[in-house]
Amino acid sequence: MSSATQTWKTERAVASLKRTVLYITLVAFAALFLTPLYVVISTGLKTFQEARLAAMWSLPPSVSLQAFSAAFTRLAPHLENSFKLVIPATFGSALLGSINGYVFSKWRFRGANTIFALMLFGMFIPYQSILIPLVVFLRTIGLYGTLWGLILTHIVYGIPINTLMFRNFYAKIPDELLDAGHIDGLDLLGVYRRIIVPLSAPGLVVVVIWQFTSIWNDFLFAVTITQRPGVQPITVALQNLAGSQVIEWNVQMAGALLAAMPTLVLYIILGKNFIRGMLAGSVKG
Amino acid sequence: MIRTKRDLTKAVLLVTPSIVLVSIFVYGFILWSLRTSVSAWQGIRPDYTFVGLRNYIHLFQSTRFQIDLWNTAYFTLFFIATCIVVGFVLAFLINRNIRGEGVFRTVYLFPMALSFIVTGVVWRWMLNPTFGVNIILENLGFPSDWGWYTDPTRIGGFHVALTSLILAASWQFAGYTMAIYLAGLRSIPYEVIESARMDGATEIMIVRKVVLPMLRSITLSAVVVLGHISLKIFDLVMAMTGRGPRFATDFPGVFMFETTFTGNRYGEGAAISIVMLVMVALIIIPYLVHVFRQETHE
Repeated sequence: MSSATQTWKTERAVASLKRTVLYITLVAFAALFLTPLYVVISTGLKTFQEARLAAMWSLPPSVSLQAFSAAFTRLAPHLENSFKLVIPATFGSALLGSINGYVFSKWRFRGANTIFALMLFGMFIPYQSILIPLVVFLRTIGLYGTLWGLILTHIVYGIPINTLMFRNFYAKIPDELLDAGHIDGLDLLGVYRRIIVPLSAPGLVVVVIWQFTSIWNDFLFAVTITQRPGVQPITVALQNLAGSQVIEWNVQMAGALLAAMPTLVLYIILGKNFIRGMLAGSVKG
Repeated sequence: MIRTKRDLTKAVLLVTPSIVLVSIFVYGFILWSLRTSVSAWQGIRPDYTFVGLRNYIHLFQSTRFQIDLWNTAYFTLFFIATCIVVGFVLAFLINRNIRGEGVFRTVYLFPMALSFIVTGVVWRWMLNPTFGVNIILENLGFPSDWGWYTDPTRIGGFHVALTSLILAASWQFAGYTMAIYLAGLRSIPYEVIESARMDGATEIMIVRKVVLPMLRSITLSAVVVLGHISLKIFDLVMAMTGRGPRFATDFPGVFMFETTFTGNRYGEGAAISIVMLVMVALIIIPYLVHVFRQETHE
């Protein structure tokens, strides 16, 4: 009897030790993942002199907003450019993606699956392989070097992933619901407008977050298409800030945080949808 | 589902604009790049004089491109391995009824919301050889004279400087790998594990015989997604290191960009981009075929 109690006690001790080790591991990983964030914030709150010292890991002796205000002054126009780029590009490609997703999930015409697969390939290609023709093409139609050129680019290359996401989302809407619409005399567009669009909100949120994040974070298209500083979005401006002559680490870190803020805020508020979008990106919905 | 012929025609018309756009911007442009890659185009003005495989031969003979290919291979290998191991461990741990699970998940995943440029700028500062992570290592009593991304050392074909990029990229994508593993672990029906336990299987046996096989298809997607990211890596390199000492951290994406837009050697730039496309296609096309086959079987 007493030996049974003993075993039971030992087992419980082992289990609780295991739990402790588990939590310590998780916390250690969390600390590791957060280290860069700590460095960014603490460096960003330092003055130029403090940030140059070898004490990069210590907290700022006093909180200084000097770096943030310097970074904001330099980056504000580019943050504005990014918003002007991201909003139309996101909604433009979401609209096309929604229409395509509807057709590819509910109207499987002959060859639809092959066309869809060919479309999907477009989301994986290295964009370097279309970059030279893209530049020549944008020059020809007079959009090279403009935000509109960049918007058009993001809309077009956003089509594959948006189509995929909406297709997987609409596949879950029961066909009977659409049939009911058809019986009521709606045609394909009527069903789209009256039934599909009102049900699209949860899918749209996922797509919008995903597109917003990818376009906001894009660098390759931005640096290739926008040469003039006046139209450059935030990623290009941040890269230029980092390449300036005297490296002001505190301003750079503040700038990095400003550049990351919009997508970070989206992620923190709408995390679940963000993850859904991310998982959809690995083809299987 | 009820569908009329007229509606089916309208359906085709609705997707036509997108099909046309993708045909031109993806497939048309790829063919155009292919044509450029066998042309003499050098300088600002297009010149499509056919030169055969000259650009490709030139490319594969150049030391820089050979280094780039090795760097890509090593980077891809270590980046994928790190993400898979860390991601799986995190998913496995977090799946054990953890208090505060949401907080841990949010922390591990937040780097995914950032751009490679932000990641690069921040890690360049953290791995600064004079006062970055080295100071912490020194305080902990570890060797602390690492050159990180400034280190020109080579071990075999492996440039030590690449470790900095591998660290930064893995920091950004380990959480992603965790998320897809977690989604996979959660999709395993509880009864399957429970009945294995009833049959007297130990925890380790359950992991090996039940969990791992089910996770195989997820590992495949992870490898494909991470692999195609690493084959086209560009932003992170530009923000963090550039081509590095003696091309220690150079990649085809960087080489392509510099050749084309700084060097104005469009023919060669296009050739690099086609090689990149072929590398990505070699892993993506079989994967897409595999996924679509599965879908039609279901």
